[in-house]
Amino acid sequence: MSAARTLYRKVWDSHVVRENDDGSCLLYVDCHLLNEATSPQAFAALRDAGRRPRRPEHAVAVADRAVPTDPGRAGRLIADENARLQVATLEANCREHGIPFLGMAHAQQGIVHVTGPELGLAQPGTVLVCGDSHTTTHGAFAALAYGIGTTEIEHVLATQTLRMRPSPTIRVILGGNVPVGVSAKDIILALIGRIGTSGAAGHVVEFDGPVVTALTMEGRMTICNMSIEAGARAALMPPDARTHRFLQGLPGSPPAAEWGAAIAAWAALRSDDDAAYDGEIAFDVTDLAPQVSWGTSPADVAPIDGVVPDPSSQPDPAKRAGMQAALDYMGLAPLTPMRDIAVDHVFIGSCTNGRIEDLAEAARVVGRHRVAPGVRALVVPGSAAVKRAAEARGIAQTFVDAGFEWREPGCSACVALNGDRVPPGGRCASTSNRNFRGRQGPGARTHLMSPAMAAAAAITGRFTDVRELG
Amino acid sequence: MDVFRTLTGIAAPLPLANIDTDTIIPAPFCAVVGRDGLSHGFLNRLRFLPDGSEAPDFVLNQPAFRRPAILLAQENFGCGSSREHAAWACKAFGIRCLIAPSFADIFEANCFNNGLLPIRLPRPLVELLMEEAMRGANAPLTVDLVRSRIARSDGQEIAFAIDPHRRHCLLEGIDDIVLALRAEAEIAAFERSRRRMSPAELARPALTVAGGPLVGSDPPVCGE
Repeated sequence: MSAARTLYRKVWDSHVVRENDDGSCLLYVDCHLLNEATSPQAFAALRDAGRRPRRPEHAVAVADRAVPTDPGRAGRLIADENARLQVATLEANCREHGIPFLGMAHAQQGIVHVTGPELGLAQPGTVLVCGDSHTTTHGAFAALAYGIGTTEIEHVLATQTLRMRPSPTIRVILGGNVPVGVSAKDIILALIGRIGTSGAAGHVVEFDGPVVTALTMEGRMTICNMSIEAGARAALMPPDARTHRFLQGLPGSPPAAEWGAAIAAWAALRSDDDAAYDGEIAFDVTDLAPQVSWGTSPADVAPIDGVVPDPSSQPDPAKRAGMQAALDYMGLAPLTPMRDIAVDHVFIGSCTNGRIEDLAEAARVVGRHRVAPGVRALVVPGSAAVKRAAEARGIAQTFVDAGFEWREPGCSACVALNGDRVPPGGRCASTSNRNFRGRQGPGARTHLMSPAMAAAAAITGRFTDVRELG
Repeated sequence: MDVFRTLTGIAAPLPLANIDTDTIIPAPFCAVVGRDGLSHGFLNRLRFLPDGSEAPDFVLNQPAFRRPAILLAQENFGCGSSREHAAWACKAFGIRCLIAPSFADIFEANCFNNGLLPIRLPRPLVELLMEEAMRGANAPLTVDLVRSRIARSDGQEIAFAIDPHRRHCLLEGIDDIVLALRAEAEIAAFERSRRRMSPAELARPALTVAGGPLVGSDPPVCGE
């Protein structure tokens, strides 16, 4: 009789090429996503060692973070020479090895974790890797998806395997009823606020529960995407009918003749009833409010109807000092109501919230309003396909009419690697995933929130409870 | 792969928790295709003021701690982005060993893959070492990976645990890729036993190699 296994264990077990004496394993990698910032040194080292990629056909590369997002960029060279070199190097490496490269002019270009799912590259029961920490996104499709470093990229290129130790697991059961105005982004921000940036450290997190079932695939991606901010090694959600509907017919999905068999096989991709986890968290979303971060960590969150915390009420001296330092950097006074905080920048986009549903929700909030005076608001669609869909549905026009800048796809101001940045002292309502000091530019002040909340901030010029907007 | 056996050097204290990799090496310094020139970017925005001058109060700008071989840090060091540039920047700055209560996973693996030794010690021991360092004794620590011991300046030793495989690779200068390539027969056997194609292989006809427009109709944009 076989032991009860978690979903994680099932995907893991089916990918073990070899178990080493010390308990580590070589795991086979089904799909390797590449980008321009983390791969150049890996290809160079491969070349220096006289090696070639073992399975270039298992790889897809996208230029997403060094690329400008200026309208009309496609006809122009990238102005920044470092960025141009990174993108050109990836293109040259892909040409040399026969790896599909989605550059700025490609109809399927986008942020790697937006484009990948669009192409069906994240499949249930597969192992996927990318040189980017938000690779956890693809766990929404029950792909065991790891963010890896450049040397590990080289390892995967050379051997099509990754050396890993099995991870402990945490099951997070999302329950209750999702309140109006509360989105997947709010749920994951609130969860990280509760468990902290080390709350899942070193663990694979399996999300389950009625809230997961009710979420769209895009909502599930948002939650898995930000699980890295709690330290998760990977995130997983079991596939269901929604997953099947999303994946059917995509280029990377099993073809029609094999579709029935694939769905049948995927039915086994859930944790056995008596599978054991190393930790378990029950998180009820019923009383959540839209969230806004106030500090310099994704765990520094407050409900929109709350206040900036007061460091003096924090008993631990080290934590108190940390809070005070965060408030000093963010230029916020303790106990300030979140709703009183004005913004001068808004960024809607990123691999967390740059998909069509995110833009549709933001556009619904914008309606016929206009961007508030003194606010620079950017909307950066997560992919060229998202951009086309937004334009076809009038979503883009809503943003343009309101005074948002409607830009080309890329990571843009999330990581500010391409020149899209918030100036020193600027305060940005952002749908991205990190509010670390200087993340959006030196001295930039980032506040994380949902697309609806960012849209609300854009039109009122301050953090606003989207549930109360007319 | 660099060999690491023993190291004697000054340990600098960095009494901040959750130092993320954006702080360790801000994004603009990662806009490189090589691994060089990252020393200036290391903790750049803590070490330097906006006008480019040194931040006078920052610990690593103090005379005793200007070029430490060992860095003492707090929980969750290296969290955030996976950028291996963070490990390269530590090394470029001269650091060969990091000691903290915990490290973020991807950063920790990046360290080992670059001959940079990350040691996890219980928080009270890290704080003890930090206090000693901050008393300005300017006395070096010796990190002995052969014996898995840290020797303090007064001779007292702290034992530490390191993943045996990682320890072995550092001691012998072995890299994982060489080891994995020795498993060629097993990798080939696994590939023969797989019944399905990679999603990337399946998607390949819909994508052209190295740029160019999509051939055929666009895949549907996925929304509900």
